[in-house]
Amino acid sequence: MTALGVLAVAAPAALVALLGAATLIGAPLSEAAIGRASRWVIVAGLLAVSAVPAFMLATGERHVVIDLGNWVEFHTGHGQHGRYHFAVKFVYDRLSVPFAILSYVLCGTIAAFAVKYMHREPGYNRFFALYAVFLLGMVTAALAGTIETLFAGWELVGLSSALLIAFFQSRPAPSRNGLHVWVVYRASDAALLVAAVVLHHMVGEGDFDRLLGIEPWPRGRPAVAAPQALAVGLLLLAAAAGKSALVPFSGWLPRAMEGPTPSSAVFYGALSVHLGAYLLLRLSPLIGASTVLAVAVAGLGLLTALYAQIVGSAQTDIKSALSFASLGQVGLIVAEIGGGHWVPFLWYVALVHLLGHACLRTLQFVRAPNFLQDHRALENAIGERLPRPPGLLRFAPESVRAWLYRFALERGYLDALLTDYVVRPFVAVFRWFDARERQWMNLLSGGRGASGPAADAAPKKPG
Amino acid sequence: MTLLALPWLELAILLPLVGVACVARVRDVRLALVWCLAVTGAALACTLLVWAGFRAGVPAGGRWSANEWLFGGRAVLGVDDLSAPLLPLVALLHFVTVLATARKKIARFSFTWLMAGESLRLATFACLAPWPLVALLTLSALPPYVERRERGAGVYGLHMVLFAVLLILGVSALDGSGLIPRSWASVLLGAAVLVRCGVVPFHVWVLDLFDADSFGTTLAYVAPLTGVYAAVRLLLPVAPEWVLDGIGLLALLTAVYAAGMAVVQQDARRFFAYLFLSHAALVLVGLQLHTVVSLTGALDLWVSVALALTGLGLTLRALETRLGRLALTGFQGLYDETPALAVYFLLAGLASVGFPGTLGFVAAELLVDGAVSANPLVGLAVVLTAALNGIAVVRAYLVLFTGGRYRTAVSLTITWRERLALLTLLALILGGGLIPQSLVISRHRAAEAILQSRAVRPEPAR
Repeated sequence: MTALGVLAVAAPAALVALLGAATLIGAPLSEAAIGRASRWVIVAGLLAVSAVPAFMLATGERHVVIDLGNWVEFHTGHGQHGRYHFAVKFVYDRLSVPFAILSYVLCGTIAAFAVKYMHREPGYNRFFALYAVFLLGMVTAALAGTIETLFAGWELVGLSSALLIAFFQSRPAPSRNGLHVWVVYRASDAALLVAAVVLHHMVGEGDFDRLLGIEPWPRGRPAVAAPQALAVGLLLLAAAAGKSALVPFSGWLPRAMEGPTPSSAVFYGALSVHLGAYLLLRLSPLIGASTVLAVAVAGLGLLTALYAQIVGSAQTDIKSALSFASLGQVGLIVAEIGGGHWVPFLWYVALVHLLGHACLRTLQFVRAPNFLQDHRALENAIGERLPRPPGLLRFAPESVRAWLYRFALERGYLDALLTDYVVRPFVAVFRWFDARERQWMNLLSGGRGASGPAADAAPKKPG
Repeated sequence: MTLLALPWLELAILLPLVGVACVARVRDVRLALVWCLAVTGAALACTLLVWAGFRAGVPAGGRWSANEWLFGGRAVLGVDDLSAPLLPLVALLHFVTVLATARKKIARFSFTWLMAGESLRLATFACLAPWPLVALLTLSALPPYVERRERGAGVYGLHMVLFAVLLILGVSALDGSGLIPRSWASVLLGAAVLVRCGVVPFHVWVLDLFDADSFGTTLAYVAPLTGVYAAVRLLLPVAPEWVLDGIGLLALLTAVYAAGMAVVQQDARRFFAYLFLSHAALVLVGLQLHTVVSLTGALDLWVSVALALTGLGLTLRALETRLGRLALTGFQGLYDETPALAVYFLLAGLASVGFPGTLGFVAAELLVDGAVSANPLVGLAVVLTAALNGIAVVRAYLVLFTGGRYRTAVSLTITWRERLALLTLLALILGGGLIPQSLVISRHRAAEAILQSRAVRPEPAR
């Protein structure tokens, strides 16, 4: 079983190594070779990840830990635990197995779709290299048995997502949007990293077994007290909010649609956007330990669902409409996870909701261009617009309807708020320091100091 | 007598000096490049043998050791847990800098000063005694000064003079010569380290150097983080807690500040300079926390940062060779013309911020872990720094390589020497990222040795 468990992670790693090495040495593979490699890797990984639960069912085990030993280990000689270690562990349980299978199935479907969709696209090789990094990140995060391993997968998903959004790199808009998403992801990564380190300190290890107990998910019992669970849980919630585009980070989701349709479909509509919810599910025993945390999680989920419903009703392009529809469901899934504090069965509901929603949304995204064509054909055939279902705004009182419509059109002003109150002050403060530094350098050098931005054409000595 | 017992360390230091003598007579720049490559390559091989000898426990040099015939048996030059892997690292950085020098640049690139600098830096990293170390640290600041004096060395020169004065005063105080109270030694040495590491407000010399000097020379000068070495050898064994706390606080502020500045820069060289400052400060933060985990993380990060930032710097230098100074004001769209450089730029940049799969990942984890145990706020600041540096790197990548399409009739593709240099660095970064244990253990031993030296430090005179 260990070999199969390792193969599930090793397969996408091999694809990353293959495509990455080919790129690095300047000998990219042909389209056919990339297609074949992707297919075999997906098949091998999917078979491996499916075989493990088959063994589990046969043996009656519900929680299998594949421990590959310590990646890094040394004795600190003192302190609470006396040694530092970074374990590489993968966990197969009721949570990780369905999510890993989902990742393989959806990535496999999209790979098959993209082989045709991206045919003769100049960035074909780049697309599949980033796709492989994404798959590796998803599978690593899904099967992670330690929070550090989960963090590694989390970061791989973030990087590949941001670079895929900036995939069409001959225009500035995708690059700007890719950077926007990357900034949000970095904030999310920072929150997760702090949570991981704090947990490591509280428990002495980052292993989920140690942190949540050896009982199978979701019956784990956290090894930390309620206040500690709240502190760490809030950090995890912040991380999940960034990754799953919960309020106030929701602005990045429609921006993510700049990428190629296959990546939009599988990443932001189905997998990446659910990774935050998965993180909360994985650490759901922490939610079980703190009522305040549970209220925060459920509240943020409901708020996001409401926000997505209002904003989504005013979207005019299909990808944005689908992304907000997706966000609405993610909000509900997060609310269910919060509700699991009182009714633990809701954690199963959230997992099933997540799986079903991811599959449905992938189909909708992939079919979106055809749907538009069908819609147009129908309208042409009947000679008039098809009737549209009344949106949520129609039921709002007259006095607030216009305001709500404006709110929806501006996507809740979330981007504007972040830009005006975070980004601009940040840039202004540091540009001010930059200007003062240039003055200081000029003063020290007697007027021969700092040059302006590279735009100034002062001859410099290269070399 | 085994092969490893030969005086490889002395040879590694002497060879670049011999190279200087040879290349100074060569008129043909291509021949000078070949000589320089051979000499820096041979120096690298010697340092690798030094490392191998150290690992095998073979006493270095024997009767040919410079300590015997030059220093009367005193342990002036030597190798220990700290310096054993740093020596090949320093030699490698010089070798790849020469290797990646484009043909277009070889007429203007000063191979002699680079080799002179390499010799001084290798001697510095092998130096165990305080006064010779002071002399070497001061001397190693000279090549960049001489190279740029006609363009005005005001900012750089001023800082280096300040550094040398503080260092000399600090070590004098440490010696108890009577002029300066011994209790001032750690303050003076701490101030010297702040200047040499480019901690705010003494950081502008790094900007000045990158702004006006040859990129290759500057890179070879700053990338090994010589100031950090001075901190480990001279300051850490003697500094009381409050001095380390003060330096740590300033270094932490520098790390966050420089990371923020890197995000908003509109010039590629200044972006790189701030990125370097932020990382150098992070290494210093880890050292000043002086717990075994944070020290191990800092020493590991030192190696990772030196490799990654050299890779990033060489990529920028290669781009500058083709396009001149690079602005980060608008999208340049260079990917289609230089896809390999784009990939190397991104990988090296991400490696510098400790991205998973790279050498810096474990180092960053260790550093954050050590920082959180010292003080959660320090941990938060370190994480914030890493986040900002990551944003700065990807922003620079997107601005330089995407967002448009750069059109040119001239090929901008990477040359085989550039590719070889960058692949060598990336192989180490990614290989070390996959199998980090041996480096971490080596850095852990060095950290233990440093902590041991602090444990037996002399009480300051009252």
